[in-house]
Amino acid sequence: MSAPSMGAVAPPHAPAHDGTDAEARPVLATEPYLLGLPASAWPRLLAPLCIGALALGLWEVLVRWYAVPSYVLPGPLLIGQTLIADWGTLSGSLWITLRITFMALAAAVVVGVTLAVLFTQSKWLEMALLPYAVILQVTPIVAIAPLIIIWAGDIDLSLLICAWIVAFFPILSNTILGLNSADHNLIDYFKLHGATRWQTLRYLKLPAALPYFLAGLKISGGLALIGAVVAEFVAGTGGSASGLAYRILEAGYQLKIPRVFAALIMISLTGVAIFLVTSWISHLSLRRWHESALKRES
Amino acid sequence: MDTAYLSKPPAESASGASPLVSVRRVSKQFGNGTLAVRDVDLDLGAGEFVSLLGPSGCGKSTLLRMIAGLAAPSTGAIEWRDGASAAARPDLGFVFQDPTLMPWANALANVMLPLALKHVPKREAQERAAEMLALVGLKGFERSYPRELSGGMKMRVSIARALVMRPKILLMDEPFAALDEITRHRLNDDLLQLWWKERFTAVFVTHSVFESVYLSQRIVVMAARPGRVMADFPVDAPYPRDELFRTSADYASLCRLASGRLKEAIGS
Repeated sequence: MSAPSMGAVAPPHAPAHDGTDAEARPVLATEPYLLGLPASAWPRLLAPLCIGALALGLWEVLVRWYAVPSYVLPGPLLIGQTLIADWGTLSGSLWITLRITFMALAAAVVVGVTLAVLFTQSKWLEMALLPYAVILQVTPIVAIAPLIIIWAGDIDLSLLICAWIVAFFPILSNTILGLNSADHNLIDYFKLHGATRWQTLRYLKLPAALPYFLAGLKISGGLALIGAVVAEFVAGTGGSASGLAYRILEAGYQLKIPRVFAALIMISLTGVAIFLVTSWISHLSLRRWHESALKRES
Repeated sequence: MDTAYLSKPPAESASGASPLVSVRRVSKQFGNGTLAVRDVDLDLGAGEFVSLLGPSGCGKSTLLRMIAGLAAPSTGAIEWRDGASAAARPDLGFVFQDPTLMPWANALANVMLPLALKHVPKREAQERAAEMLALVGLKGFERSYPRELSGGMKMRVSIARALVMRPKILLMDEPFAALDEITRHRLNDDLLQLWWKERFTAVFVTHSVFESVYLSQRIVVMAARPGRVMADFPVDAPYPRDELFRTSADYASLCRLASGRLKEAIGS
């Protein structure tokens, strides 16, 4: 501020300047867009696609060159044909697996976040219950799935429980970490203003936990799918389920190996899609403020 | 010359009318046995600008936190003129060493926070927050997120948040220590104007002799191990203080005086 702008002549009122101060503000990058995507996203998209295409080509060539029978290793073209030919059956199964996965993920979010909030409100509750959450997490789902199927009675319900057990722990533990990592000075500030527990939770702890929760969600999305598929494998031996895992078992017994691969690819692509969707949600929620979404001009 | 500025009534001296807040023989011992503050007596008059000056570890921040009600004295008491306790006073503003903003909220929402906590209607809160942002020179940055602002601007938002409740007393814990000198000078000037306009009692913790002399009417020197008050003297210079004052011989000699007091205090 120059000398005459204050003091002798200027009336003592609002400091009149542009508020930018002497320091530079951080330079945040704005990227040019190419065909609807940020320019830097294209190489990241194209490089793995090229590698994938090359690998598939090599696979097809080797399978044909050595005349590998399709019940040992089918070529990618045959798998593609099977995928199209069996789409009716497979897509029905995909839908069933997807439904279980998303219901389990939703339950994992609700239970995980609720428990995390309760645990951070009461240390006693955390001490009493967290060990059991850990036990649930470290017990191999394959080992307890048969028990759950017997106990639950309903096959859909038991699949849901299995997928939920696998999915909920990352959300729980990440959200607990997030709720506890709110800036301590900000907590003091809330105390200073006589904020209630609920206000501190709503205005401070929940927003502070959001990045952690979203990181947990990314992990849990994939785990829910794995949980659903594993439980289906166990249940499928009883012949009662009809998700993608059951199709794999069924096709395996019938030596329809191209179909095994087709179902496998659908599961993998579903996992990739879940990861992309959760990453996108995370990006949308954090891009304005969180360091992880920050892009700086170098 | 703006006469209104000079006609500001002098702060009630500690010996005159009853002080806004009195620190009475306050000591603070931490759980690990460290005696952070020992037997501090301090009266803060309404409208005064007081600096707590001392080296790191002299307990000045702890004292400030006790006045704010963020920490309880181990012995002694902090008495407010209105008899109310220190906990959650609506008329108290606090500025931390870091801006301490919510990174997920824009500047306006950050300044609205204390109003939201007191259930002020949203529209009114928005208006008051926008007004306060303009007052600290951030008009046009209402929608900016903290990470889009410079260090000085973030501190301005923090000050706006502290002042939006129109506090009677503003406690500041080395608020400008992390800023570069040019920005710090500018914020010092603006803080003095805000102090004049809003007429709050200002308590400013700093380890900079120059900053304390430039800003305050009164300097309280503290020493470490244990934290205690070593000197309490007025800064004999009129307001307004500006760039001319900063380069004047008066300022230099006042700084020399305060420096001497500080050295005496630390040396003993």
